[in-house]
This record gives sequence, C-alpha cells and structure tokens, in this order.
Amino acid sequence: MLSLPVFLFASLIKTVLVLFILLTAVAYTVWLERKVVGHMQNRWGPTRVGPFGLLQPLADGAKFLLKEDLTPPHVYKPLFIAAPMIAVVCALSSIAVVPFGTSLPIFGHNIPMQITDVNTGVLVILGITSVGVYGVALAGWSSNSKYSLLGGLRASAQMVSYEICLGLSLVGVLIVSGSFSLSEIVKAQGGLFWGFLPKWNILYGGQFIAFFIYLMAAYAETNRIPFDLPEAETELVAGYHTEYSAMKFAMFFMAEYANMITVACLATLLFLGGWHGPVFGPPLLQALLPTFWFVAKVFVFLFIYIWVRGTLPRFRYDQLMAFGWKFLFPLAIANLVVTALIVAYRA
Amino acid sequence: MLHLVLFLVFGAICVAGAINLLAQTHPISSALSLVVVMASLAVEYLLLGAEFVAVVQVIVYAGAVMVLFVFVIMLLNAGEEERTKGSRVAMILGVPGVLAGGLLVAWVLLKRSETGSVTLGSLPGYPKTIGNLLFHDFLLPFEVTSILVLIAIMGAVVLASRPEAQIPPPGKES
Repeated sequence: MLSLPVFLFASLIKTVLVLFILLTAVAYTVWLERKVVGHMQNRWGPTRVGPFGLLQPLADGAKFLLKEDLTPPHVYKPLFIAAPMIAVVCALSSIAVVPFGTSLPIFGHNIPMQITDVNTGVLVILGITSVGVYGVALAGWSSNSKYSLLGGLRASAQMVSYEICLGLSLVGVLIVSGSFSLSEIVKAQGGLFWGFLPKWNILYGGQFIAFFIYLMAAYAETNRIPFDLPEAETELVAGYHTEYSAMKFAMFFMAEYANMITVACLATLLFLGGWHGPVFGPPLLQALLPTFWFVAKVFVFLFIYIWVRGTLPRFRYDQLMAFGWKFLFPLAIANLVVTALIVAYRA
Repeated sequence: MLHLVLFLVFGAICVAGAINLLAQTHPISSALSLVVVMASLAVEYLLLGAEFVAVVQVIVYAGAVMVLFVFVIMLLNAGEEERTKGSRVAMILGVPGVLAGGLLVAWVLLKRSETGSVTLGSLPGYPKTIGNLLFHDFLLPFEVTSILVLIAIMGAVVLASRPEAQIPPPGKES
C-alpha cells in the first residue's frame, strides 16, 4: 500500500499522462480512420500535411481553434454552451478506472497502472456513459432547429436503448469473473488452458455471444456506422451538432472518438484478456510489455470499428430500434441465463 | 473531519439544487437541477460507504429516469412558466410556516433517534452482501416490485395507445 503523499502525487502524474495520451489517441484515431477508410475506398486519405499525413490532426486542431465560433441567435444559450462540455467531460472521465497494465516499480514503490481501482469499476463506466446521453439530448434541444431536435432525440433514444443491451452483455462477464472491479476481472483472465489458448473471457469464459452483443451495442452507443442515422448527412444535415461550429463542434468530435476508445478499452479488458500476453525479457521490459499488449488489442478493436464504418450501409431508424429491443435484448438475457446456469452448475 | 466537510458540502449542493428546481422558470432548467440533486445524493451514499448504491443511483436515477423526464419536456416543447402576481398573504404566512414546520420535523426526528451518526463502512455496501440480502431475505418484496413495474408498463402502453377505429386509414385524409 502506498502512503498518502506518494499516492496523491502518483495519481496526479498518472491523470495528466493518461489525459494527454488519450487526447493524442483521439486525434490519431481520426487520422487512422481517414487513412483506412480512404484506402478501402481506393483513395489515399490525407497525405499532404507531413509524411503520410501524420500532422493532419495538428492542422485540424489549429483550424478548429481559429474558426469563427458562431452562436446562432435563436438558441437557448446556457445549454447550448454546456452540452458539448457535458459530452466531453463524460467521454474523458471513464478512462480513470481502466487498468493499462500491471504495476510499475518506480523508486521502490509499486505504482499500479490504473488511476483508481474502484470496487465497482464496470458500473462507474456504465454510469458515466448514461450521463453522457445528456450532452447529446441537450445539444439537440437547445439548438432550437428541426434537424437538431430530431437528431438529438433519435440519438439519445438510441443510446438509452442500447445501453441496456450493453449492460446486460457485460453481466455475463461479471458472473464469470465474480467481481465488479476491472483489475480483478483482468487478473481472472490470466493463464492458459489446453496448453496454448489464453483464458480470455471470450473463449474460456464462453462469452463469445456476449462479445458480439457488446460489439453491436457499442457501435450504437457511440453513434457509429451502421447505427449513425442521427448524424447522417443525407438525412438530418448533421443531427444534433448541426448548429455547432469551431471548438464546440470539435468537442463533440473529441467526445465521439474518446467514447470509441473507452468502449474499445472496456472490450479489451472484459473480453480479450486486458493486458495479458506473452511476457519475456529483462524486468523493465516485463513491466512494460503488458501495456503494449493492451494497446495492441485496443488498436485491433478500433481497426474493426473503422473497418465496419468503411463497409456497411446504415440502418434506418425503426430497423435500428427494432434490432435493439427485439433481437439484442432477448439475446442478451438468454446469454445471461445460460451463463448463470453454467456457473451455478460448475460451482 | 474530512468526512464532515464533504457531507456538508454535498448536502449544501443537494439543497441548493432542490431550491433551484423550484426557483427556475424553464422546466428544462428544473429537470437539470434535479439531476444535480440525484448526483449529490449519490455522493452522499458514497460517503456512507455504499458504493454500489451510489453507482446504481447515478445509472438509474440520473442516467435513465431523468433522461426520460428531459425527453418529455423536450417533446412537449414546454415553455417558460408564466409569472402570476404573487400573494402578500402567502409570503407572510407561508415562509415562516414552512420554516417552523421544518424545524418541528427536525426536532422530533433528532429527539427520537437513539443511535449516533453512522460511521463510514458500518453498513453492508458490497454488491455481494446486497445481492444476498435481496435474493434471500427480501425475495418476496423484490418479486412483488417487479410485478408492480410490469403492471405500470402495461398501464402506460394501454394509456398511450389509441383505439383502432379512431386512427384514420392512410390515404383517406385530405
């Protein structure tokens, strides 16, 4: 156990570092998406700004800062300004309970690579996601325009419906792991079975159906294709962020990609074994390799996100809601019942 | 000491949110003040050591129930309240009356409570304990509550649906 001053200092450093890395990751996820979707559509994507377009996020950031921040006269000002802030705060806070690796031995103290290890870590992330719906709903309403209102209502109804399927798909994992704490769940997935297969929850824990439910619910939660009707240009101009410009729009953008990264981190932790992976070499390498495996798995999940974006058409809104309520929800409950029966039978 | 300070701070935020809910003219501002009340209640639960209840409070109350309230206000397009002329008599009798009633209730409650204040961690807060209590000792209330919720859902569906005959068939409207 760390002493209080060491804990506070380490937490401060960790918070600053994680926030910085997360914001950089958000910017470069945008770059990755533009490149990957571009190549899938047989074109280059950004190439001019820096080698391989790698400085494109910097250019975009400068553009967003320098653009005119327009506030239309007919909006409800307090909520118009507050809504992107709510969205960004909620998107960036859930990374606080995510364990990035085992503990790092620094100056004699064992510092865990997680900002806080809350007993109810999974529920904290679900709670923050639930509050993030307000950002979208209030943005749509306060903009006082038809497109925004419809887009905001559709987006928030979609997010609330798929939150249920998201939560239920995670309950199977919780039953198998026996704890709400994220670091406990990751630790329970260590080791191998049958000699070479890792004991990840998706294989050994039998949660492959839950993984697919989680995948689909995650796409709907983060308003990504194939569930992005609320922000489709051909349907609703730009949905709930139609009336936003410059930095406020950039905040919504950041919130969407930060949500993607959080969801990818959660999937890695709960289904793909978190930071477990082959560990070898000198002690410093052994302390850093788990983080590398974690980042690699998150990257694979993000790549699947972008791959799906480049491939599938979008669902119509009634198809989307029917899919969530009439197919995913009963399937999630069935998964829950079967998992509970198997765990009870084995115990 | 820190415990007391945090309790007072978040209690003050809670009461301020509740008063703001009454004082605001626009229903959306009132609904958001209620969200602040729910969130500060969640922190109070956390201060008691009930972390599971605190997070469930945020997920269910602040994240689902209040979202539905906000939906309804947005869909109904409820505007700002109209201000009617206040009544002098109501102010003179009402405000001291509320204060006196509140003090009376507080005095009765404080006089009758035998236990002291609750210390952090004295009540069972772990999800495992709550699950055991819910499914062993309190199983009957749990099942009855779920049937109540089912009846409420059915009632809402019945109230919200229109009878078939009154919906004009498409194409015949002009």
